[in-house]
Amino acid sequence: MSELVAGWGRTAATAATVERPTDAGRVVELIGSAGSRGLVARGLGRSYGDPAQNAGGLVLDLTGLDQVLSLDLEAGLVRAQAGVSLDALLRLVVPCGWFVPVTPGTRLVTVGGAIAADVHGKNHHRDGSFGQHVESFELALPDGSVTTVTPESDPELFWGTCGGMGLTGVLLTATLRLVRAPTPLMRVDTVRAADLDELIAGLVEAEDRHRYSVAWIDSLATGRHAGRGIITSGEHASLDDVAQRSRRRPAVYAPKVRAAAPAWVPPGLLNRASIAAFNETWFRKAPRNQVGTLQPIGAFFHPLDGVQGWNRLYGPRGFLQYQCVVPDEATLRTVLRLLTAAKVPSFLAVLKRFGAASPGPLSFPRPGWTLAIDIPAATPGLGAVLDGIDLLVAEAGGSIYLAKDSRLRPELVPDLYPQLPAWRRLRDRVDPDRRLVSDLSRRLSL
Amino acid sequence: MIDALGEPQTVAVLGGTSEIALAITTQLAAGRARRVLLAGRDAVGLADARTQVLAAGATDVVTLALDAADTTTHDATVAELFAGGDVDVVLLAFGLLGDQAEAEADPDRAVEVASVNYVGALSLGLRVANRLKAQGHGALVVLSSVAGERARKSNFVYGSSKAGLDAFAQGLGDSLHGSGVRVVIVRPGFVRSKMTVGLPDAPMATTPDAVATAVVKALRTGREIVWVPGPMRLVMSGLRHLPRPVFRRLNI
Repeated sequence: MSELVAGWGRTAATAATVERPTDAGRVVELIGSAGSRGLVARGLGRSYGDPAQNAGGLVLDLTGLDQVLSLDLEAGLVRAQAGVSLDALLRLVVPCGWFVPVTPGTRLVTVGGAIAADVHGKNHHRDGSFGQHVESFELALPDGSVTTVTPESDPELFWGTCGGMGLTGVLLTATLRLVRAPTPLMRVDTVRAADLDELIAGLVEAEDRHRYSVAWIDSLATGRHAGRGIITSGEHASLDDVAQRSRRRPAVYAPKVRAAAPAWVPPGLLNRASIAAFNETWFRKAPRNQVGTLQPIGAFFHPLDGVQGWNRLYGPRGFLQYQCVVPDEATLRTVLRLLTAAKVPSFLAVLKRFGAASPGPLSFPRPGWTLAIDIPAATPGLGAVLDGIDLLVAEAGGSIYLAKDSRLRPELVPDLYPQLPAWRRLRDRVDPDRRLVSDLSRRLSL
Repeated sequence: MIDALGEPQTVAVLGGTSEIALAITTQLAAGRARRVLLAGRDAVGLADARTQVLAAGATDVVTLALDAADTTTHDATVAELFAGGDVDVVLLAFGLLGDQAEAEADPDRAVEVASVNYVGALSLGLRVANRLKAQGHGALVVLSSVAGERARKSNFVYGSSKAGLDAFAQGLGDSLHGSGVRVVIVRPGFVRSKMTVGLPDAPMATTPDAVATAVVKALRTGREIVWVPGPMRLVMSGLRHLPRPVFRRLNI
């Protein structure tokens, strides 16, 4: 049966045959059955654009591969099927004193998706991206074989798969190294920054001192308020930190969905006025400078997961997330100025500094500043504004995150990913007939 | 692919020398459209259109022969159209205006109008729709006309052919709902172009560029019926509900 499939941004839906295998054997069988329009794996559909859809072809929804196969609580190693969500993993390991090595802003992503997009989190400056914490994975290749890959056994395939957007094979299982989290709480510092200078300086300082750090920017603030925001940084709270807390509120990991967006939202609910009002309130309600507050893990890492289906708030035309990384502060300032000048309405604009890049040729994070900003797709003149910023980013030697993209010009991809030729050689090796296809790979001629 | 902001990368025009289609194509080429296929009868006109589309920003523009009236050629034409890969937007833009008086005097001329505007569009439209459905995405833009909304005594041969086309496109669009393929019906009023050269301007006359702007906007917003100019919808709604004894006395 053909179904309409779209990304988290709910733009550009296309029709595909969706299969939901529940074991690896069936996955291999389905890979063999794919027709001329090929196939791509899909997890929880949190990519904003089109990497997990395949118009006219086959989409393998792997959320049925949801078994955790082994958990070594001494070494902190977990082996899980590709469809296991970070949510499920966290519910399992946090009570045992462990945490996932890297989590994006939502825990509703699968292990397979996290590897394929080589996701990053608030600790990138210290710990790098998701793929750097993977010991090994099992990959079903387009020729029907299944292979276990480690960074040593086949570095080309391993790193080409981390960030490879599912175009090098279908991930079946992965073994991850967990990190210690003695309690389900975070010790969090919050600082309000009145302008961009303060924000940048504050973020640099926070990153030196903390494992996790990120800044929220009010993208609609102008004049002397331009670039104002809130810096949050933190560490996993130790047992001593928690001991000072009231005993009436035991610390347990139990993230909850607090609300759900309605099934249908009128177009234009999120507009410049409503978003400006939200941003003003959000900024004002943040403490000026607060040190050492204890916060649940969920509230610190995944605040948006508390609202189910929040992507529907953008209405029927959907939204996109623009995420770029630029090596230098000057380009970052120009990019922000352009976005502010265009009055791009966004209540979710996030700034962070990346650390060293991973060896993945299509892996997005590289040293510099990364800005991620949600924008309603119906924003007038958006295409031209973003096209202009793309050019700046490319000229500065920066990049655009493929897991977020839904509108990039294909001509720019070789500039944004200088190692693309090496990755294409890998594809020639493992998928010469290009059986692994997504709307993203078609749109950007990957 | 059509991206998140409604910009297609590949555009095919059936009736490649149509001024409206050319205006749409040049606007799309200024966006993301790089590959354009122009199909038509007039090879010289197509070559000229090709130059314009290249100048607008497309990098790969191919011309091919199309005979809308000869349905036996349509399988081959549509196969050729899709031979190079996916086509994101197909513009069904060919059409004959004909001359009402001539057509009344010589019904064979009327049949010609109907076989191009309706039968040809039906034959090509269904074939294209099947291809788009198979690729799981795309948009078929059908150039209809306000003349099809209610046939007038001064222009009912053309008007009835467009009425048939419009009804076909509406049904096709509904049948494709949920398939990833969209049908956009464009209903312009009087458009000043080579098709209407020598005719007196009708009220609310518009231009190919204005029609193109409206169509490109519809591709972005997901609108399925486009009236150009917009208020034409109200005018035609009024005309449609006029009692016949009144309507037939109108000098339109």
